[in-house]
Amino acid sequence: MTTTISTSSDPKQNPNKRAYAKQNMWTGILFGLGIVAFIDEVVFHQLLHWHHFYDKSTTDIGLVSDGIFHAFSFIATIGASFLLADLHRRHAFWLKRWLGGILLGAGVFQLYDGIIQHKWMGLHQIRYGVDILPYDLVWNILAAIMIIIGVVLIYRTRS
Amino acid sequence: MHNHSLTANLQILLACPFLILFVVYLMAVVKSNRKKKKWPIYRISMWSIGIFSALLAVIGPIADQANTKFSAHMISHVLLGMLAPLLMALGAPMSLFLRTISVAKARKVTAFLSSSPLHVIQHPIIASLLNIGGLWILYTTDLLSMMHENSLLYVLVHIHIFLAGYVFTVSIIYIDPTFHRKSYVYRTIVFLFALAGHAILSKYIYVNFPSGVSKTEAELGSMIMYYGGDTVEVGLISILFYQWFKKTRPTFKNGKEGFTISTNKKFTVAGTDIEEVKRLNASSGMSYREINEWFARQQSKAHASTKKR
Repeated sequence: MTTTISTSSDPKQNPNKRAYAKQNMWTGILFGLGIVAFIDEVVFHQLLHWHHFYDKSTTDIGLVSDGIFHAFSFIATIGASFLLADLHRRHAFWLKRWLGGILLGAGVFQLYDGIIQHKWMGLHQIRYGVDILPYDLVWNILAAIMIIIGVVLIYRTRS
Repeated sequence: MHNHSLTANLQILLACPFLILFVVYLMAVVKSNRKKKKWPIYRISMWSIGIFSALLAVIGPIADQANTKFSAHMISHVLLGMLAPLLMALGAPMSLFLRTISVAKARKVTAFLSSSPLHVIQHPIIASLLNIGGLWILYTTDLLSMMHENSLLYVLVHIHIFLAGYVFTVSIIYIDPTFHRKSYVYRTIVFLFALAGHAILSKYIYVNFPSGVSKTEAELGSMIMYYGGDTVEVGLISILFYQWFKKTRPTFKNGKEGFTISTNKKFTVAGTDIEEVKRLNASSGMSYREINEWFARQQSKAHASTKKR
C-alpha cells in the first residue's frame, strides 16, 4: 500500500494494527449495526413516533426477524464496545479501518431494514399517512452511500 | 378471581421463602466473616436489592393489581423473573454457602454438584427453554387465566418464573462456582436466541392477547415486557462480556499476544521482567540489607576512631 494519509494511521508504525486488522473491521461492523438499530429505536420509534411498535400487516416472519435483529443489535453494540476496549488494550486500534467497518455495518443493516423488513416483511413503514416513496428512497440511498464509503475505507486499509 | 383474604395469604406464602433466604444469607455473612476475609458489601447489596425486587413482585400493591391488570402482572414478571434473579446471582449465594460450611463439607457438596444430574438444567439451552418456553406456554394458552382461578397453580407459576429466571441467569453468567462450563461464544449465541424469543413473544401478545386480557392492557403489558426485558438483559450481557474481556487480557507468554514483545520471558502484573531482576540481583554484590550492615560497621569504626583521638 502506498497511500498513507498521516503518520499516525501508518500501519507500519504499529504492527499490532495489521495483526488485528480483522478485529478492527468487525468491531466497526458490529458497532455500526448497533448504532443504526439504536437510532431507529430512539429517533424513529420514541422521539418522532414515525415507526410503529407493531403494524397490522406484520407477518410472522417479520416478527421473528425483528426479534432476532433486536436482540442481535444490542448484543452487538455492547460486544463491539468491549472489542474496541480490547483493541486499545493491545495498542492495535486502527481508526480508519474501524470507521470503514462502522459505515459498512450501518449501511448493510439500514438496507436490510429498509428493503427486507419494511417492504418485503411489512414489519412497519418509515412513516404513516404520507407518500412513502421519498422516505424510502432517502432511507435506502443513504444506506447504499454508507456501504460504498465503508467498503472503500476497508479496501484502502487492507493488510 | 381470588377473594381478598385468600390473595393476601398467597402473597405471604410467596414472600416467605424470600424473607428466609435474606435472613439466612445475612447469617452466613456474619458467620463466615468471623473466620474468613470480609464478604464484599456489594454482594450483600446486590442480594438485598434482588430480594427486595422479588418481594415487590409477589407482595404489596403491584401483586394486588397483577390479579386484575395485565400491565401490573408484566411489571411483576420483569421484577420476579428477570431483575431479582440477576441481582441475586450477583450476590454469589453458592460461594457464600461454601465458605460458611467446613472445608470437608464444602468438598462433599461440590463433589455432589459436579456429578449430580442437576447440572443438566444449568445447560444454557435447557435453561433458556425452561425460561422462555415457560413464558410462551403461560401467555399463549389459557394458563394465565387458570392461574388466577387456582391458588396452587398461582404459586407454582410464580415459583417457576423465579427459578427459571435464576437458572437461566446462572447458565449465562458464571458468578458462583459452575461445573460443566460452556464457552463464551456458546453462551452468547444461546443468549441471543433466548432474548429474541423473549422479544418475539412480547410483540406477539401485542395483538394476540393472552386469555382474559383486554386490548389496552395487552398492548401496555407487551411494551413493558419488550423494553423492561431489554433493560435487564443489557445488564446481563454486559457482565458476560466483561468477564470475557477480563479472561482474554493480553498475556506475555507468547509472541503472538500482547505488545510487540516476542520472548518467552515471565512478567509480573506491573510488567517487570522478574527473572531479569533476579539475575541482576544475583550478580550485584551486596543486597540492600548487607549494604546497611556495611554502613553501620563503617560508622561505628569511624566513631571509634574519633573517640581514640
